[in-house]
Amino acid sequence: MELFNNLLFGFSVALTWQNLWFCFIGVFLGTLIGVLPGIGPLATIAMLLPITFNVPPVAALIMLAGIYYGAQYGGSTTAILVNLPGETSAVVTCMDGYQMARQGRAGPALAIAAIGSFFAGTVCTLIIALFGPPLAEVALKFGAPEYFSLMLMGLVAAAVLAGDNMTKSLAMVVMGLLLGIVGTDVNSGMARFSFGIPELTDGIGFIVIAVGVFAMGEIIANLGDPEERKIFTDKVPKLMPSKKDLKDSFWPIVRGTGIGAFLGVLPGTGPAIASFSSYMLEKKLAKDPSRFGKGAIEGVAGPESANNADAQCKFIPTLTLGIPASAVMALMLGALTIQGIAPGPQVMTQKPDLFWGLVASMWIGNAMLVILNLPLVGLWVMLLRVPYRLLFPAIMAFSCIGIYSVNNSPFEVYMAAIFALIGLVWMKLEMPPAPMLLGFVLGPLMEENLRRALLISRGDPTVFFTRPISLGFMIATVLIIVIMVLPAVKARRAAIAG
Amino acid sequence: MKFDWRNNRDFFAGLVYILTGALGIFMAMDYPFGSALRMGPGYFPRVLGGIMIAFGIVVLLMGIKNNEKIKGFWSIRALFILPISAVVFGVLMEHAGFIPALAALIPVAAASGREFRWLEIVLLTIGLIVMSVGVFIWGLGLPYPLIKGLWGY
Repeated sequence: MELFNNLLFGFSVALTWQNLWFCFIGVFLGTLIGVLPGIGPLATIAMLLPITFNVPPVAALIMLAGIYYGAQYGGSTTAILVNLPGETSAVVTCMDGYQMARQGRAGPALAIAAIGSFFAGTVCTLIIALFGPPLAEVALKFGAPEYFSLMLMGLVAAAVLAGDNMTKSLAMVVMGLLLGIVGTDVNSGMARFSFGIPELTDGIGFIVIAVGVFAMGEIIANLGDPEERKIFTDKVPKLMPSKKDLKDSFWPIVRGTGIGAFLGVLPGTGPAIASFSSYMLEKKLAKDPSRFGKGAIEGVAGPESANNADAQCKFIPTLTLGIPASAVMALMLGALTIQGIAPGPQVMTQKPDLFWGLVASMWIGNAMLVILNLPLVGLWVMLLRVPYRLLFPAIMAFSCIGIYSVNNSPFEVYMAAIFALIGLVWMKLEMPPAPMLLGFVLGPLMEENLRRALLISRGDPTVFFTRPISLGFMIATVLIIVIMVLPAVKARRAAIAG
Repeated sequence: MKFDWRNNRDFFAGLVYILTGALGIFMAMDYPFGSALRMGPGYFPRVLGGIMIAFGIVVLLMGIKNNEKIKGFWSIRALFILPISAVVFGVLMEHAGFIPALAALIPVAAASGREFRWLEIVLLTIGLIVMSVGVFIWGLGLPYPLIKGLWGY
């Protein structure tokens, strides 16, 4: 009953005209930019983040969530229509979605992707509403040692599971932690790593890093590698899936949602792992596995549901523990902080309107995605025809305006340009930037909790291993590393990645 | 395969890590280290710097062993011009206003691409300026002057 009341409260928050409007704007802009080839959800959100700073916190978060789903779904549209995955999870959608498009069935593929995403979104909204509060209650009992261990586990898991080279991913986490140190030390008031530049004593804005690396750096990288695109649909495709399509997709959608929801709660498992697992499962269960890769609708329905479920369940650790489970969630947390809200389990009790409003708006956002995308497919197809040489100056313009608007500071725009170059070097040397962002956001919190934990224990580092919950996180951290180093898992991952 | 440092992806990645870690430790030398009980501001950075160097050595050795090459191409043109466009934007935002900043940013950024067609870029610039003024200045109410007076306004 309480769940029902909470959800009702959430809808009363989310269904104001203002919040509905921001949800719509978020979904629309997210899809609009997410559709553009070569721009993944991370870059989309980084770029659009600053425009949410001028609205109240609840509306801002609702808008951001909308941007997130929109970007995710926009990526699928690009994958199906142009065979160009904007991010790794869309690679799976390319396999059968693009084949369907070539057979003139782009419409049903897009429709099933939207329907699957909507179903997954609905289920995951309920999961968050159900499991969020008890989890936050547990987290409220955490002390500094527990938090430190939990963050360590989150960072290690994210780095190890996300990238294909464990050492480089972990090193990028440390890179982020080091970048997070820049600025004034809270305890001693000392300016660290500021190179004598007064602007740096406030630290580096995370927007500067995110937009610099993921939007601007990406452009420079793209301009170096010429791309080719071919769009298969000239006209707006016929959308309606047949009865048979719906029947064939039903169970894959349900199974995909299950897989995605389960993997989504774990930190670090990106949507790519969820969609791959779902694809593999559907292929195994199919009566005729040879159809896969040749336009099987199950190969679109399952993975698309799985990656949306994963994307949405990532909110659970973020909102209840204040620990981002992916780089996108790190951006969300950063946005919260800028709005003056300290992320963590107390958000739910102190700002119930924010939490429940967001949960309700997730469902509304998913519904909007279906309503918005199906009639607008024509517009997205048109957008896909815009050549990159016209797109990137526009991206550049929005990025610069966005960064400038955070603090009205030209210095931050210059910093972003520097990070674009740094990001380019990282990308070229295949040093994954996503784990860096997680480390950067969590760095200051980690140092703070480490100091506090050791102060409580009078400098005894065993405190992390004598308190049961903390010990549990530490054991999990070691297990994650050990499992990933095992040769069998390594070979399998290589097979999936290859 | 014989070790070759040129274009060696992980060799350079390792170097980047090692240098970053070393720079971190070097700069943190000036900050009090403290003890585990009362950590000084130099504690966390120095520990992190050490871990970074350790990771860097592992990656560097991977590079020596595997000799993986850097993939793809670099656009030297974009490398120089795109950051300049951002700087131009920042300077003009301070001294000339929103419209001049965008009017400079967009063509300069476009010049970092391989193709540059004048008419197209002029139209793009005008279109984006109109859209940005509509969205950011009127829609979101950002408080930037469209054009600043040249003499100190």
